[in-house]
Amino acid sequence: MSTTTTEELSATTLLRFATAGSVDDGKSTLVGRLLHDSKSVLADQLEAVERASLSRGQDAPDLALLTDGLRAEREQGITIDVAYRYFATPRRRFILADTPGHVQYTRNMVTGASTAELTVILVDARNGVVEQTRRHAAIAALLRVPHVVLAVNKMDLVDYQESVFAAIAEEFTAYALELGVPEITAIPISALAGDNVVDPSAHMDWYGGPTFLEHLETVPVSHDLSHCHARLPVQYVIRPQSAEHPDYRGYAGQIAAGSFRVGESVTVLPSGRTSTISGIDLLGEPVDVAWTTQSVTVLLQDDIDVSRGDLIVPTKDAPPTTQDIEATVCHVADAPLTVGHRVLLKHGTRTVKAIVKDIPSRLTLSDLSLHPHPGQLVANDIGRVKVRTAEPLPVDSYADSRRTGSFILIDPSDGTTLTAGMVGESFAAPEPVKEEPEDDGWDF
Amino acid sequence: MTTTVATPQEGTDSPYALSHLDALESEAVHIFREVAGEFERPVILFSGGKDSIVMLHLALKAFAPAPVPFSLLHVDTGHNFPEVIEYRDRTVEKHQLRLHVASVQDYIDRGVLKERPDGTRNPLQTLPLTEKIQAERFDAVFGGGRRDEEKARAKERVFSLRDEFSQWDPRRQRPELWNLYNGRHAPGEHVRVFPLSNWTELDVWQYIAREGIELPQIYFAHEREVFKRSGMWLTAGEWGGPKDGETVEKRLVRYRTVGDMSCTGAVDSDAVSLEQVITEIAASRLTERGATRADDKLSEAAMEDRKREGYF
Repeated sequence: MSTTTTEELSATTLLRFATAGSVDDGKSTLVGRLLHDSKSVLADQLEAVERASLSRGQDAPDLALLTDGLRAEREQGITIDVAYRYFATPRRRFILADTPGHVQYTRNMVTGASTAELTVILVDARNGVVEQTRRHAAIAALLRVPHVVLAVNKMDLVDYQESVFAAIAEEFTAYALELGVPEITAIPISALAGDNVVDPSAHMDWYGGPTFLEHLETVPVSHDLSHCHARLPVQYVIRPQSAEHPDYRGYAGQIAAGSFRVGESVTVLPSGRTSTISGIDLLGEPVDVAWTTQSVTVLLQDDIDVSRGDLIVPTKDAPPTTQDIEATVCHVADAPLTVGHRVLLKHGTRTVKAIVKDIPSRLTLSDLSLHPHPGQLVANDIGRVKVRTAEPLPVDSYADSRRTGSFILIDPSDGTTLTAGMVGESFAAPEPVKEEPEDDGWDF
Repeated sequence: MTTTVATPQEGTDSPYALSHLDALESEAVHIFREVAGEFERPVILFSGGKDSIVMLHLALKAFAPAPVPFSLLHVDTGHNFPEVIEYRDRTVEKHQLRLHVASVQDYIDRGVLKERPDGTRNPLQTLPLTEKIQAERFDAVFGGGRRDEEKARAKERVFSLRDEFSQWDPRRQRPELWNLYNGRHAPGEHVRVFPLSNWTELDVWQYIAREGIELPQIYFAHEREVFKRSGMWLTAGEWGGPKDGETVEKRLVRYRTVGDMSCTGAVDSDAVSLEQVITEIAASRLTERGATRADDKLSEAAMEDRKREGYF
C-alpha cells in the first residue's frame, strides 16, 4: 500500500456487511481468514492471540480469540453479542457486523442486518441447507438486505466436488428467491484452507466466479435513486442568531432516501405545510442537489413552523400520515411484548406515545409458518404487530425505504429498546394466517 | 493480498455512492445532531489528541454557521505534553468554547487518589471524570473512542448507557437498529456517545489530511529526549522518568496517540508531513495501542475492566 497516494485511498467506497452462520459452520474461521489474509490483523494482535492461546494450553493460535473480545466470551468460548470489525483493501473499506448464529441470538442478526448492504450466510458443504440456513435467509429477506452471499464452506471435506456445491447453491437460491431475496451469489470456499476466500483456489478449476473478497470489493453499494421517495427527517433547527447570520434558519438532517434539489417544492409532515427549497448546505458548503445518506441543512423560502421530528418530502410524493401502523417486528428485549403494552415509538427523528393494539401472529422460523394470536412476543420472536400512535406519523413501507419504514419501540419506564419494527407487508409468507377460534390455551 | 482485478460490476461507481470518508463524516454529523436534539447537557471529551480534534471539527461542521452547542471537558492527568495543553487552550479560545477541567493532580493533592507504583496515571482518570459528570449533571458525554482500537471496544455501542456510577455493562447494552439511536436514560444516568465508532486510525488520518486540520506537533517526527521502559520510548520529564538504570537519549520520534506522558510511548519515525504519516500507518504492522500504550498491556481484559468502571 506504500505506493498508494492519499487521494486514491480516500476515494474508496464503504461496504457494510453482516455474517450469519451456525455454531460449527466455521464463521469465526472465515472472519479470521478474511482479516488475516487481507493483512488486517496486525502483529501485536496476533501476538496477543498466540500468547492467550498458549496460556490456555492450545498449540495453534485460536483465531476466534481475535473476535471474542469480552471476558465472559473468552471464559465460555462463545460469542454473546454483535461485534464490529474493520478492514480495508485498496479498493474498498469494510465494516463487518459479526453476529452470533444461535437461534436465541436472532435479535443480534437482526441488529447486524439492519445496517448491512450484504449478508453472508455460511453453510457446511457436508450438511447443505439446514433449518438454520433457512432462518438466516428469512431474516435477510425480512430486513431486505440488498445482497446475499451463500458461502459454501468446508469444500475441502467434500473433495472440492462441483456437484456438491451446485446442489446446495440451487436449493438455497430457489428457497431464497421465493422469500424475496433480490440477489444471491454462491461461492464455494474453504475458510480453513483458504480456498476462494482472498486467494483463488487451486482445487476448484470448475468455479469461474470471484473469490469471496473480490465479490465484497465489487458488489454495488448504492441504489438507483430515481425510484426512491425523497425523505428528510428534521433532526435539529440551526439558528445562529448572530450579527453575521441574523435570519439563518436551517433544517438539519440526514437524507433518509432519494434526493432533494434547490427550487423543489416540499411539504412538511405531519403539518402538511408547503414551501420551496431555497438552499441546501452540505456541512457548510452550498450545493444544488443532495442525496441519501448525506447530512445536510435545508433552507426554505417561507417562514413556516418546522421542528425536530418533522419530515420534509417532495410535495408531489408525500406519504400519507397514519396513527395505525401494522408491522413485522423482532422483539429484542428480555421482557415480553404484550397486547395493551404502552410504549414509545421512535420513527426517524420523532418519538411518540403508542399502544400495542394487537399481535395477530408469530412467525415460526423453522418452517416459516404463522401462529395466530400468540398473546405475546418474547425475546428473539418475530411477529406481526398492530400499533396505535398518539400522533399521526408519515410512515413508508419498509419495502420502499429501510430508513423511513423502520421504527423501534421503547419502554417508557426505563428506556429499554423493546422491539425493531418494519412497516407494511412482510416478505412472501407461505400461507396466510388462518383465523382460528380464540384459544387461551396457547402456551409460550 | 490478491492482485487479481475482477471486472468491475455495473453500478459500483454510481454517481450517488459516497466515498468512505463522506459516509463516515455524514454518519458522525447525524450522531452529533441527534444528541443536540435529544439531550439537555451534552459535553465533548477533549484531550487535544487527534480523535477529539476530529470530533470537534465534525461538531463545528454539523452546526455551521451556528456555534457548537456543547462545552468541552478535559481530564487533565497532570502529566500532559505541554504542546498539547497549548493546543487545547488555543482551540478553546479560537472557537469561543467553554472548557471544563477534571484534574487528577487535584485528587492526588487532596489525598483522594494515590499515585501508583508504576507511575501511570491513566487508571486514575476514571474518578475525576465520573465525579465531574455527576457534578455538572452532563447527560451525554461524547468520546473519541473507535471500535477498531481494542477488542472490548469492538462491542461498544454508539450510544452507550452508563448507570449513576458511570459503569458499562456489556450484557445490558441496547441493540442498535438502523440509525435509530435510543438516548433514554433515568436521572443520574448518562449516555456515552461515540461518533467515531466506525472510523479506523487510517480514516482519522485521511480525514485530517482531507480537511486540512491542524494538529499538535508531537504527532510529527521531531527530536526528543526519551528513555526506554517496558519496551517503549517515554519522554523524559518531571513526571518521574527516567529512574536509575534508565538512560536518556535523543531520538527522532513521533506519537501515534496522545495521553499521559507516563504511559504513552513514541515511535521511531521520520514522517514530518500528513502524507508521510499516512504512508507510515498504512504500512505499519502494529496497532496504535499495541505500539504506544502501556496500560492496555496490564492484562488481557484491561480495557474492558476500565470501561466497566466508567473509563472510556
